[in-house]
Parts: sequence; structure tokens; C-alpha cells
Amino acid sequence: MAAIEIKNLWKEYGQDVVLERLNASVEEGEFVTVVGASGCGKTTFLKMMLGTESPTRGELLLDGKPIPDEPDETRGIVFQRYSVLPHLTAVDNVMLAGELASSRWLGRVFGGKRRALREQAEEMLASVGLDHALSKYPHELSGGMQQRLALAQALIKKPRILLLDEPFGALDPGIRRDMHELVLDLWRKQDLTVFMITHDLAEGFFLGTRMWVFDKERLDPQTPGSYGARITYDLPVGNSDKGTLQSITQSVDSTARVLGA
Amino acid sequence: MKKLINRQAGPVGRWALGLLPFVILAVLYLVASDARLDANPNDKLLPSLSSFSEAIERMAFEPSKRSGEYTLLVDTLASLQRLAIGVVISAMIGLVVGIATGSLPLFRAGISPLVTGMSLVPPLAILPILFIIFGLGELAKVMLIIIGITPFLIRDLQQRAEEIPTEQIIKMQTLGANTWQIITRLVWPQIMPRLLSSVRLSLGSAWLFLIAAEAIAATEGLGYRIFLVRRYLAMDVILPYVAWITFLAFALDFALKRYSQWRYPWFHGAQ
Ligand SMILES: Nc1ncnc2c1ncn2[C@@H]1O[C@H](COP(=O)(O)OP(=O)(O)O)[C@@H](O)[C@H]1O
Ligand SMILES: [Mg+2]
Repeated sequence: MAAIEIKNLWKEYGQDVVLERLNASVEEGEFVTVVGASGCGKTTFLKMMLGTESPTRGELLLDGKPIPDEPDETRGIVFQRYSVLPHLTAVDNVMLAGELASSRWLGRVFGGKRRALREQAEEMLASVGLDHALSKYPHELSGGMQQRLALAQALIKKPRILLLDEPFGALDPGIRRDMHELVLDLWRKQDLTVFMITHDLAEGFFLGTRMWVFDKERLDPQTPGSYGARITYDLPVGNSDKGTLQSITQSVDSTARVLGA
Repeated sequence: MKKLINRQAGPVGRWALGLLPFVILAVLYLVASDARLDANPNDKLLPSLSSFSEAIERMAFEPSKRSGEYTLLVDTLASLQRLAIGVVISAMIGLVVGIATGSLPLFRAGISPLVTGMSLVPPLAILPILFIIFGLGELAKVMLIIIGITPFLIRDLQQRAEEIPTEQIIKMQTLGANTWQIITRLVWPQIMPRLLSSVRLSLGSAWLFLIAAEAIAATEGLGYRIFLVRRYLAMDVILPYVAWITFLAFALDFALKRYSQWRYPWFHGAQ
């Protein structure tokens, strides 16, 4: 059985249809990259995976059961911003998950247990290249370092599913490339199932195992909300040619113009 | 020459410009005081420098003939004690209720209308009620401060708690936190520096309510003293007392600010 099954999933806000008739299944360990015009519903889809929004029709199943309708430790997330806690140093941010798990009331641990947690956290920070910034607060870190920290914080919890919503959208291109390698590397090591939204189409072609294009098949320029986006392409990464990229780019661009107008 | 809107004062210039109004005011006072005292040596409205120093000597550095205590010290301690008790209790209520209503929608639905209603009642209007219920003792004065500033603190802290990005609350849940842990490890630590700045903002009102309460019913205190000597038009006592209260208010504000910067570097660094 597939880990995640999406069956005729719809999301509407009042009159506006954001997503319609989504159907897909995702195996454990896949790395799905989601691309599409801005405003076409990528974040909305991720929120349904996370449990902060619920589908208006259809089913979203995790291991055959409806996905929990509030966030929990099965699904980790890294947002574009505000992912790490500003009042904790880097190492405290990464230790937090362990502290929460071992002390239900205080949410803090002391002594030997604390030292063990700290050691794990330091190891995790080293694997994302932050071993030199252990006791820095997030505001003392660059944008790229903050996102590395957010990854370390999410991954130490070993979530089954990692959700990434344009996590590197605000970073410089060079740093973005480094971050992609880091994510791929962590994904290979940890057996995760990853959903990563990016607004850069070309990125989707090279990252992970599978690319989804969210796009509106039918588009009414007067009322773009009357039809929702669907998964118009579901491609294995590595097998696609230049022509496909071009036709996807054209279609997504024309949707973007209507949504942006 | 640059346009006026683009011209900045240098470091020395800024000090000089800042001091200038004070110097002008002092000179104006001295000139006016001299003129009045020339016309009538018994004038009490604008006392001379020497009567100020005599009054300060009498109130601050000589034991009172009646009680043997240093009047200014006794007044200051009494007022600061009332202020501190009132503000600390208000801050604790504000913290607990503000966090509850700011982070738990069910609490907000239940309590917010009451707090909003209470914050619209002018506190001084219920001062007589406080005196009737709590008598003329310390409790009524402290209660006035509490009633005066707590609604503001609750509403401000509720707002600050609501401003914590949803992303972080979601993040905590994905790290396995329950509601209590979200409050103790995310909301509470993030609210603390904001509590300090709300308290700084409310100190002005706290002083107002303190002095008002002391003016009406007290046997010592800074506000009590000012209103007592007003009967004798003792400007030579009133003005130094006002300056002293202003200094105390400034010092408290400054201390809170510095403490916050030292204790919560992440808060001040990120701003
Ligand atoms: N809470 C909401 N209420 C109403 N409309 C919403 C809400 N959240 C998102 N939308 C709408 O859903 C559409 C998709 O938004 P989003 O998923 O954020 O797009 P993307 O992430 O692809 O840029 C947008 O048109 C947005 O205005
Ligand atoms: Mg988005």
C-alpha cells in the first residue's frame, strides 16, 4: 500500500475553487517536487498534508487513514520564514524536540539526559554545516544558515514526511544550490518522504524522484476562481526532455499571468 | 548648503541642541523669579534658588521635628512600595490572562469582551467605590493602580501573544509539543520581553493613579506630600518633589529597559 493516497481531493474557499480532482499515490521514501504558478494552491495542498486545512471533498490518506487534522510529529515542516524559534540558540532549537518528548510538563531536561540530547543536537548541526554556530541566536545567522537550522530542527525528530514550502526561495542562487544538495543528502540518509514546493520550474526537474506540476486545466480569465488547479504533470525526475519543460513553462506562465492580474 | 530636511546634528551638536531648551527654561525661570521677588519679597509662586535648597535640606536631609524621620525618604519608600506592589500584581495578572486569551481561542471568546468592557471604565471614577470597599488603607491605593493598568496590560499582552507567527506554533506541534508545552516553551518566553515593554508603557498611568489615590487618602507618600503642602502654597517643596518623582519615573523606565536588553538579547537584536 502506498504511504500517501490522494483520492479525488478538492479544496474550495467559498466560491473559489483552489484545487480540484487531485488523484495520486506516493510511496514511502519518494521525494516529490511541486511546482506551479504562484497562487495556484501549492501551499494549500501542503497545509492539508500538515493538517491545518481540511479538504472540502475527497480523501487524503496516510497509511490508509485520513491524515490527522492538526499538526503532529509525523509531519515535519520548514517554511520560507519563521521556522526556527527566535528566543532559542541554534543548539537549543535543535534540542527542543528531545526535551519536549522527555518532559511532558516542563518541556526541559537537565543533567545527563540533557548532555545526551546536546550531543545529538551538535551532531545534527554538524551534518548541516552549523557546528560553528551552536550558541548563536537565529537573528545572528544569515538566511541560509537559518534554513539549515530549520532543517536540522525538523529532521532530528525523524518525521515520516517532511514538508518544505519554498524553503530556499529567499536565498541567493549559489546558496540555494548548496541547500539542494544538503536536502538531497539528508533525504537519502534518513529514508524520508519529502514534498518540496519550489517556484523555480527548472529546479523541479533535477531534484528528487518525482515532479508534480499544479496548473489550472480550464481557466476563465474573468473569474479565475471558478476552476481549481490539478496535477497536470506527474513526471519521474531524470526522464524528461527539453520539450516537456518548455510546454510546462508556457502553460504555467499563462496561468500565472491570469492569477497575477 | 544642504536642504534643511537633510541636515543632521553631529554628536556634540546633538547634546548642545538637546540641552538648549533646558537652559532657556532655567534662565527664564530665574529672571521671572527675580522680578517677582523684587516686587514682593514674600511671593511664593516662583521661589528663589536659595529657598529651594533650604526646602530640600529640610525635607531630605534633616529628621522631621514631629516624627524624627526623614520626610522625603519616608514618602519615597511608601510611594515606591505601593507602586511596586500594584505594578507587579498587575503584570502577573496581565501575563497569565494575556497568554491565556492570546493563545487559546476558547479563552479569548470567553474573557475578551469582559476585559474590553472593564478597560472602558475610567478608573478614577471608581476610586470612591474602592475607598468604600477597601477602606482608606494601603489596599485601596494598590487596587486603584491594579484596576487602572491591568486591562491595558491584558489587552496588550493578548495582542502580543496573537502576534507570534502561526508558523512557530505549527512548528512546535510538529516537534511534538502539547498545548501546555507550547505555552511554556514558546509563548511565555517570547512574551516576557514584551511584558517588560508593556509595563514600561503603563508606568506613566501607574504613577498617575498612585498620586491621585495618595492625594485623597494617605498619611505619607510623594503624592500625599505635594497635596498637603499645596495648602501653604509651598512651591519650594512642590517643585523639588515633582522633579524627584520625574527622576524616579525615568530611573525605573531606564532600569527596565536595560534589564530587558541584558536578559533578552534575541528580542532586542532581532528588532
Ligand atoms: N484562508 C484562505 N481563505 C481564502 N482564500 C485562500 C485562503 N488561503 C489561500 N487562499 C487562496 O487560495 C489560492 C491558493 O493559495 P496558495 O495555496 O497560497 O498558492 P501558492 O502557494 O501556490 O502560491 C490563492 O488564490 C489564495 O488567495
Ligand atoms: Mg505558497
